[in-house]
Amino acid sequence: MTDLYQSQRAMRQMRQQAMQRGVIAILDVGSSKIACLVLRFDGTGRLSKDGTIGSMAGQSGFRVVGAATTRSRGVQFGEITAMQETERAIRTALQAAQKMADIRVDHVIACFSGAGPRSYGLDATIDLEGQMVTEAEVARVLTACDVPDYGVGREVLHAQPVNFALDHRSGLSDPRGQLGQALSVDMHMLTVDADAIQHLVHCIKRCDLELAGIASSAYVSGISSLVEDEQELGAACIDLGGGTTSISIFMKKHMIFADTVKMGGDHITADISMGLGVPMANAERIKTFYGGVHATGMDDRERIDIGGDTGDWEHDRRTVSRAELIGIMRPRVEEILEEVRIRLDAAGFDNLPSQQIVLTGGGNQIPGLDGLASRILGQQVRLGRPLRVHGLPQAATGAGFASAVGLALFAAHPQDEWWDFEIPVDRYPARSLKRAVKWFKDNW
Amino acid sequence: MRPLTNRPNRIDPAPSRMAYRLQRWMLTPGIRAGLRIGLPLGLLIIGVGTFLADPARRANLVQTYADIRASIEARPEFMVNLMAVDGASEQLVNDIRNVAAISFPISSFDLDIEQIRSRVVALDPVKQANLRIRPGGILQVDVIERQPVVVWRTNEGLSLLDDSGVLIGTVAERAARSDLPLIAGVGADDQVAEALALVAAAQPLKGRLRGLVRIGQRRWDMVLDRDQRIMLPSEKPVRALERVIALDHAQDMLERDVTAVDMRLTARPTLRMTQAAVEHWWQIRKIN
Repeated sequence: MTDLYQSQRAMRQMRQQAMQRGVIAILDVGSSKIACLVLRFDGTGRLSKDGTIGSMAGQSGFRVVGAATTRSRGVQFGEITAMQETERAIRTALQAAQKMADIRVDHVIACFSGAGPRSYGLDATIDLEGQMVTEAEVARVLTACDVPDYGVGREVLHAQPVNFALDHRSGLSDPRGQLGQALSVDMHMLTVDADAIQHLVHCIKRCDLELAGIASSAYVSGISSLVEDEQELGAACIDLGGGTTSISIFMKKHMIFADTVKMGGDHITADISMGLGVPMANAERIKTFYGGVHATGMDDRERIDIGGDTGDWEHDRRTVSRAELIGIMRPRVEEILEEVRIRLDAAGFDNLPSQQIVLTGGGNQIPGLDGLASRILGQQVRLGRPLRVHGLPQAATGAGFASAVGLALFAAHPQDEWWDFEIPVDRYPARSLKRAVKWFKDNW
Repeated sequence: MRPLTNRPNRIDPAPSRMAYRLQRWMLTPGIRAGLRIGLPLGLLIIGVGTFLADPARRANLVQTYADIRASIEARPEFMVNLMAVDGASEQLVNDIRNVAAISFPISSFDLDIEQIRSRVVALDPVKQANLRIRPGGILQVDVIERQPVVVWRTNEGLSLLDDSGVLIGTVAERAARSDLPLIAGVGADDQVAEALALVAAAQPLKGRLRGLVRIGQRRWDMVLDRDQRIMLPSEKPVRALERVIALDHAQDMLERDVTAVDMRLTARPTLRMTQAAVEHWWQIRKIN
């Protein structure tokens, strides 16, 4: 675990460097598209001059100067399956974004949705050495957390303290400087497959870039799509992506649960392709133009050209009614939402005080999805769009860019994680320095 | 993995690794600045360097430059044709022309005005000189001449000094400049101003003054006719002279048979009588 601690700290340092240089790239590696934003930090603070938050919701510290999207290749279920292809796709996106920004970018923060994220709730209690809670005490209580056996071949992606309790006062977000006897912490830890991270790191390294951070796309799309009170009171963000559907539950402005359903828009497309006997590209086009989940009488009469390029005139001129298309799509959407429901139930979402559900990601553009989702997930469902950020092109403001925008926000205001606190000296293993050197050697 | 089939119609939008690196390289600020400024500058330097590497071309370049410069300098607008000297006597004008030693016509670029001026000023009779090139190609020399105020007699002969003691010229005989007072003695030329003050103070002696002699580079003796001397102190000689003149007025002292009036000790003026006067005085004392 110390290995990871070191590498995460190295990434944090890289991020600091990038902030000092003022330019950082955001890379959302998705199953259907790879989006790249180039951010320029111009140093304006979180609050505007008159002390109000302002129209940009306080996110005016950076500006998007370059944005590019490319069709994703070699990524399935949010995991990299063909490194060369993915590397080329990342290169395409980055080159276009750099060209638009007219800046060379050296640091990149990436997010991905797959790799089987698993959430763990950790807690620990320590007796304070002094009266006051210091940074060292926070680090000590974080280190005292009883880390479960999350299995070999998995890495911790996020480890965020979500709640501190001092004696009998709970719900503290930052206990530093407060007085008390016993400090306890609740920590949310998210682990993913180590191989997936390694693949991503490798791809980014092949593009001559430094990785300045990795985030789970479930987390970052929650950051961008949930409004502040939803994050505070408790809400779930469901990112309907291409290959996966990511779920994240927020409470008191912290993510407390994340999971992924390995089904997404690509599966709907595949269903259409199989059901209608058309190529995937055609199926995707039909889905985006005519897709829906609620059939009406009008839809029986609306005929859709499904096309084809076989050269067989009869075959290429086939039509289906829109109701048939909806009949293909709806069961798959229902299946996805049912699966999401199961995951939410498993996470105990029912027990939250507020049960707002926000649908985001490219999949939320299916007409009638909110109606279907409210039947399956509960009444409080809305379609979410990512927060506005400075300089984002109109084409990148859609729900499909929720995780890219969220990652930009995350880059500007990262949350304190476990590795942001100095590890207590007595916890350092004897060979930690050697291991750090080895890590550097391996990675550079 | 290599695809089994070659798919020529699927165009991959991805840039090649080299293209990607090249683009990033071109976006680097240093490289861009280098290409925008450094590269043209380097090419220019290389071009100029190659051109100048050949000594013949270099000499040619220098020659061309010199030719152009000479042709401009030789233009009639810059030529100086004659020298005009104002405020100097005939003799001095000739001297100035000699020391300036300019062969006209000459380009004004070749004239070193400052050097000519220093040569002109180095002439004895010249107190101050102003040189300028007047429109029309005339070198105008305005000279203020030194005026002789005393005649200084030395072993070599008679010389003329101005009021600051600078030698102006020589005269053959005293009669040539009888209007000027005569001074003599080693170091007399250093104290011309004091001598002039004494001469002015001796005005009441009305032509009896023959001259001033500097004694031991320290004090003055005023020589009158009938070989009378007024020996003046080194301190405040004018004041001492005025006392002598006052005595003369009161008792006609200088009209008497006196050889010298010694004022060197201010508190004790002393008279030296002639031999005849002394013997005469002794006889009078015997009579009494």
